[in-house]
Amino acid sequence: MIRLVREPIDVAGIRRSLAREEDGAVVIFEGVVRNHSHGKRVCSLEYSAYEAMALSELEQADTEARRQFDIRDIAIVHRLGRLYPGECSVAVVVASAHRAAAFNACRFAIDTIKNKVPIWKKEFFEDGEAWVESSD
Amino acid sequence: MMIRVLFFASLADIAGTPEITLDAPEHATVGSLLAGLAARFPAMDPNQGRILSAVNSRYVRRDEPLHDGDEVALFPPVSGG
Repeated sequence: MIRLVREPIDVAGIRRSLAREEDGAVVIFEGVVRNHSHGKRVCSLEYSAYEAMALSELEQADTEARRQFDIRDIAIVHRLGRLYPGECSVAVVVASAHRAAAFNACRFAIDTIKNKVPIWKKEFFEDGEAWVESSD
Repeated sequence: MMIRVLFFASLADIAGTPEITLDAPEHATVGSLLAGLAARFPAMDPNQGRILSAVNSRYVRRDEPLHDGDEVALFPPVSGG
């Protein structure tokens, strides 16, 4: 399942709908909005995307994760719009029979999002704002 | 030929708009389009900072040829997640 959403991500709901009795592992990665960046207090983040291409790149990441790793299912949901510290910006949920494949596929998916999927964040500080133009 | 150009993130701020439509000459490439845009928006100089390009939602290099009706997207390195 691939989604770009503007409402809070229901990670528990994604996990519930994904997991099956044949799974021996469910690995969940949540990206969370941090309240600081390079020593400055972050009040909020604004995520924007080239949505058509972001969905296509996420579909490719999904396909590639299934091809490279022995997983049963994967879900990737990225939130767009204004987010505040502590909120979940992205969730990757992977289910597999064994843990290694789930960990590896989850890591692959979030790294691909960070490197290739056309989504950007702007940081809002107490005294200004700035685009973030590298992943960390 | 008509080309739709989309700008994202800091490049949309530089262009002052998220989207323009250009009449590009035959044999235009992403690189020649960028050079033309840099003349119009000096801060969009392709040699300053990294500008990524896509045609019809697919990453391309600067020598990618353009065709009538193409949608070109120009954007800075991604920072999602």
